Amino acid sequence: MRANLRTYGQLARAGFHRQSTYRLALLAGLVTNIVFGFIRAAILFAAVESAGGTLAGYTSDTISAYVWLSQGLLGAVNILGGASELSERIRNGDVAVDFTRPVDVQASYLATDLGRAAFTILPRGLPSVLVGALTVGLALPAQIWPYLLGLVSITLAVSISFLCGYAVNILGFWLVETRGVRSLYAVTSSFLGGLFVPVGLFPDWLSTLAHATPFPSIVQVPIDIISGHVIGVEAIKAVAMQCFWAALTCLVGRSLTRAGRHKLEVQGG
Amino acid sequence: MASPGGWATPYRAVIGSRIRAQRSYPASFVLDLFGALLIGLAEFAEVWVIFHNVRMLGGLDFTAVLVLFGLSNLAFSAADLLVGHVDNLPTFVRMGTIDAFYLRPQPLLAQLVTSEVSLRRLARIGVALVALTAGLTQNHIVWGPQVLAMLVLAVVCGTAIFAGLFVCAASLQFFLINGSELTNSFTYGGSYAGSQPASIFPTPLKMIFGYLVPVAFTAYLPTLVILRLPGPAGLPSWLAWLTPLAALWVWLVALRLWRWGTRHYQGGGG
Amino acid sequence: MTRPEPAIIDVADLSREFTIHRKGSRRLRRDRSILTAVDRMSFAIKPGESVGYIGANGAGKSTTIKMLTGILVPTSGVVRTCGLDPVRQRRELARRIGVVFGQRSQLWWDLPLRESFSILAAIHRLDPARARSRTTDLVEQLEMGQSLETPVRQLSLGQRMRAELAAALLHSPDLVILDEPTIGLDVLSKQRLREFLIHERTERGTTLLLTTHDMGDIERLCDRVLVVDHGRLAYDGSLPGLATMVGDRRVLVVDLAAPVGDLNDLPDSEHLGSDGSGMRQRLAFDAEKTTAATLLAEVAKRCEVRDLSIEEPDIEDVVRRIYQSTR
Repeated sequence: MRANLRTYGQLARAGFHRQSTYRLALLAGLVTNIVFGFIRAAILFAAVESAGGTLAGYTSDTISAYVWLSQGLLGAVNILGGASELSERIRNGDVAVDFTRPVDVQASYLATDLGRAAFTILPRGLPSVLVGALTVGLALPAQIWPYLLGLVSITLAVSISFLCGYAVNILGFWLVETRGVRSLYAVTSSFLGGLFVPVGLFPDWLSTLAHATPFPSIVQVPIDIISGHVIGVEAIKAVAMQCFWAALTCLVGRSLTRAGRHKLEVQGG
Repeated sequence: MASPGGWATPYRAVIGSRIRAQRSYPASFVLDLFGALLIGLAEFAEVWVIFHNVRMLGGLDFTAVLVLFGLSNLAFSAADLLVGHVDNLPTFVRMGTIDAFYLRPQPLLAQLVTSEVSLRRLARIGVALVALTAGLTQNHIVWGPQVLAMLVLAVVCGTAIFAGLFVCAASLQFFLINGSELTNSFTYGGSYAGSQPASIFPTPLKMIFGYLVPVAFTAYLPTLVILRLPGPAGLPSWLAWLTPLAALWVWLVALRLWRWGTRHYQGGGG
Repeated sequence: MTRPEPAIIDVADLSREFTIHRKGSRRLRRDRSILTAVDRMSFAIKPGESVGYIGANGAGKSTTIKMLTGILVPTSGVVRTCGLDPVRQRRELARRIGVVFGQRSQLWWDLPLRESFSILAAIHRLDPARARSRTTDLVEQLEMGQSLETPVRQLSLGQRMRAELAAALLHSPDLVILDEPTIGLDVLSKQRLREFLIHERTERGTTLLLTTHDMGDIERLCDRVLVVDHGRLAYDGSLPGLATMVGDRRVLVVDLAAPVGDLNDLPDSEHLGSDGSGMRQRLAFDAEKTTAATLLAEVAKRCEVRDLSIEEPDIEDVVRRIYQSTR
């Protein structure tokens, strides 16, 4: 018996509802987001000012938009969390139960995660942007197209982030302790993704390196689209890039899952 | 009953055993160390990218920021090495392991702090030291007893400040479930803010990270003194000599919060 | 003129309440209810006694233990262990008592057992020579010689419980509290544990407080029994007294060669139930009035018995009958 689309919809809804019980964690995340937002904004404002008002195409207003949109997106994208629950389940063997269910493991976790991400937009995403707008000011486009395309881009970004995290956590089949590789992933992905500074500020070689990874597609691309920094054909191309990375990370995750499942069956966990 | 070796014996015994335990897994330790090294480098790269684009930030040039980064990361990593694992407290409470602490004739906090030594932090300490050395040698520093004293003061008290912040965070975990994200705002947030020149902050932020969560004392103010630079409005550089007071303030709050936390647990809030 | 010995555990009107928060689904307001885990308990234990503390799950046993050791603060009432206030004088008390939790370990999981012992010796500031001899002594008596170099997490449950016991007794405490120490153990391990505890008592006069679900533990180790029911002390006295109060009831389970109708007219026995259309029958009898052998003989008169077993009384059963008999 194979699961159909409705099952995944239910999983997404469950992911959505589960978040609502972690109200305190959401609030906590929001507070931390805002604190980091203020610090980053201060750094980048000082940098823009020191560069004479424009830095790699950003002005104070647009870089402020960059900071607050990225902080707001953090909750949904969950770049530091990943599917950490998965590696825990691999460690204590519970994952064997997941494999017996008639839903695809990767897809079901993805569906749940999308539901979770959707829930964070309201209490975590929007307030971050709001705080930024009310305190330091930021520039956002007035047309509707950036936001519509942005929504698509965010969905893709969350998926890519999840799929990368999934692949990292699946390594738990071979590594005793994934904590080290997970924190390494967190730092690398957030840095190369443009979470600290926009990728536009990178020196050429570093920028090339970053674009060889899926990470800019997680943070930089959706923000550039929503903030109107990238428009028109460029925006479409960026979203196409996201689709490519989504597909690639999905495939990597699937082959790793297959290998891991095989290992489980052979060794018995 | 005799008490040989003095008050440190139990703590030495536990810490010694933790170090030995980590040595017995050399492969995973080396991997951990390498991973920590990469993380340290990534953090440094963040500073470096900014200075690829601008020459000055907050009145400091790149070599000055090296000193700032070095001092700040040194203090944070050293505190993380010695005290960082207190973030295991929620796990101890959930699994009930903390009850074992109650049954031993030692203070609870001391047991928690000595329950582990995260040796892999040595990698980040290494990165910090390299950055600090590079910064100190590249700048025209008038070496003398004052500068040396400030260096020592900064490292010792900076470590104490971050250690105190970790204890505050751990104490709050008695009250919060899944609340570690909240405390990240002043532990990791503090570290982040502390490694920036406070002159770039708007006044409210300057006051918060200068006086409330006094991370400006861990690296920025000492850097100003060492390099003989003036401080921004509201945070004059001579304040650096008051760093021990900042550490004291943090620890007073930390111990009070710890007491509240353990009382809460004993009141059935576990 | 001798002064009466001060109690090593003194509990007066001890109570502990818990507030249970129930989450309302969509509202911010949550339902709250108060659970009284321990309800005005009073008892005193003298040094050298061996006391069993029994009750159904959730009856308040672990909560009492936690209050005796300072892990939990009483809601009201007074508790003194070794004459000390467990909360205010926690560290001093920790030197005088040893505690074994059946479900939780106090050892270092990833280290060889030997190291756990040496760390504990350092923690209790024991003289190194005395610590060594005490460790050797305990290891020998509990037959742990082979386990010393094994990491604790690789020990079997039986080995681990013996290790926990040795760890709790390393500093030769005056009072030993055990919370479900024999849970999940095989018969041989239980035996070893019990013998060791008896030996400790005779050698050092250590006071023993033991919570357990196993009546066998009580029978072999304790001369006094406290029965707790829903937080209240339902019985405080000797084991024979308890048997008198509730009757010493056992159950004989017989497997018969051929199905027989319910054997409910045998003397001094009560038919509890039949399985497999009468192939297996459960017969309760009062051990004061008759014996298993006598009952078996009666059954054998009627039909051929293929196999038999005897069930020990169940704690829940005992508690229920105390409750009924005190009404």
